[in-house]
Amino acid sequence: MKLTLEPILSAKKVNAYFGAFQAIKDVSLDVAPHSVTALIGPSGCGKSTFLRTLNRLHEEIPGARFEGEVLLEGEDIYARGMDPVQVRRKIGMVFQKPNPFPSLSIFENVVVGLTLAGVRNRHLLEETAESALKNAALWDEVKDKLKAPGTSLSGGQQQRLCIARALAVKPPVILMDEPTSALDPISTARIEELLGEMKKEVTVIIVTHNMQQAARCSDHTAFFLLGELVEHARSPTLFSNPQDRRTEQYITGRFG
Amino acid sequence: MKTELGNLGNDGLLRPLKQGDNFSRLDFRRTVKNRVMLGLLGLASLVAILPLLFILYYVIHRGIAGLSIRFFTQLPKPVGETGGGLGNAVLGTLILVGLGSIIGVPVGVASGVYLAEYRRSKYANVLRSAVELLAGVPSIILGIFAYALIVVPMKGFSALAGSIALAVILIPTVAKTTEEVLKLVPDHIREAGLALGLPRWKVILRIVVYGSRSGILTGVMLGVARISGESAPLLFTALNSQYWPHGLLNPISSLPVQIYTYAISPFDEWTQLAWTGSMVLVLFVLVANLSMRALIYQKGSGGKTK
Repeated sequence: MKLTLEPILSAKKVNAYFGAFQAIKDVSLDVAPHSVTALIGPSGCGKSTFLRTLNRLHEEIPGARFEGEVLLEGEDIYARGMDPVQVRRKIGMVFQKPNPFPSLSIFENVVVGLTLAGVRNRHLLEETAESALKNAALWDEVKDKLKAPGTSLSGGQQQRLCIARALAVKPPVILMDEPTSALDPISTARIEELLGEMKKEVTVIIVTHNMQQAARCSDHTAFFLLGELVEHARSPTLFSNPQDRRTEQYITGRFG
Repeated sequence: MKTELGNLGNDGLLRPLKQGDNFSRLDFRRTVKNRVMLGLLGLASLVAILPLLFILYYVIHRGIAGLSIRFFTQLPKPVGETGGGLGNAVLGTLILVGLGSIIGVPVGVASGVYLAEYRRSKYANVLRSAVELLAGVPSIILGIFAYALIVVPMKGFSALAGSIALAVILIPTVAKTTEEVLKLVPDHIREAGLALGLPRWKVILRIVVYGSRSGILTGVMLGVARISGESAPLLFTALNSQYWPHGLLNPISSLPVQIYTYAISPFDEWTQLAWTGSMVLVLFVLVANLSMRALIYQKGSGGKTK
């Protein structure tokens, strides 16, 4: 499909393996800046694996292998000499299970990406924490208990804390791996609302099992099946007028 | 169990309902079985803690008579003279255990971190077996090892040799507990750290280890409590001394060795000192353990993650 803007992230012929098993086959995908792209597909179709190739987390798994190119603002993050640590500072991630760091306070959790990178300026840290928590729609609930442990929050709040933690290092792209699948419907709705706000600041790529969620809050949707990218289109188009028979069968609930 | 179809017997077979069926007999049998098993479990727990209660009672009963300030401040008196204390042994134990911990704790914690965080590397498997073997080596053998390696070349028994023997006992205990505690931290916590663009060593030290510090500290305290009661490895290394500790390169007195020496002596004053020494040692270990637990209880969920 044609994008009106230059893509901020562009995967080219990505292949990913676990040992001898090929989890991703020749996937190419362009992502427009300040958009939300949803990756959908049945369990085991490789959408999470693909997501993890985008911030080089895939290679942390023993036996995992990668081929292809991923361009972030035109630069290949897999180029020789590219430091995965630097790549991950530009491409943040939110996980399926809320995972605030144990025995760190709410405040420490939000700014940990900065403090552990050596930022000591108290004023800057406080400012960053406040704006990240506001952008994650959590500020009003926690502003009076920033010193409380991050794990003392409810599941939905913990997940928004993790979003704030990812936002605090100001990455241009944030990956989300089924961020609401462990949450109740109200917390899910809050995070879906948040996605619309977040794309003013960042580009979001979200893996979801929930097709309604993809239809509700994404601009583009990519349908994965058996490690291949079957179809990628604007979400309204993909859900109302799918081009591929397999996409149609999946979104009408005939398999998966 | 009554169902719509019939009675489900204990044997899992379904029998048709009959007029006047009575199930209370079966229920009674199950209740009795339940009570008997529960009683057996309670009895087993009692047997398990009975030695502890008995030791505490007996050691305090026999040792309390000799407890006074001079026990901690004076040297033992020669046979025939009354009074005297085990001040040198108390101080000696503190020095031996302190130095042993300074050597053993960093090595133990670092090995435990390696075992947990690089658990898939083949060196980790070798190290893990080695640590388990070391933990199983009788402490007297470790004493002989320190004797051959340190005492003989340095031509003399010394506090240093004793501390090293104790450190070698401490290392596997601390390494194993550190590994176990760190293995409880789920992998997605580490991934979250990496995804923030933090280098792996910072994720390990500042997030995983820092988050588990109370668990690690518990392992350290349990290990330290264990080495403070060791006598066998000190027999060949620190030996014993009738004087105040002077220098790390001279023999040094310690409570366990002093207890051993005095307990088998025929003199009443010395056996009394041995009892009081035992009481001090047991209470020291007990208090260290309990205060550690209280500290962790107070800290709440530190070291645990959801």
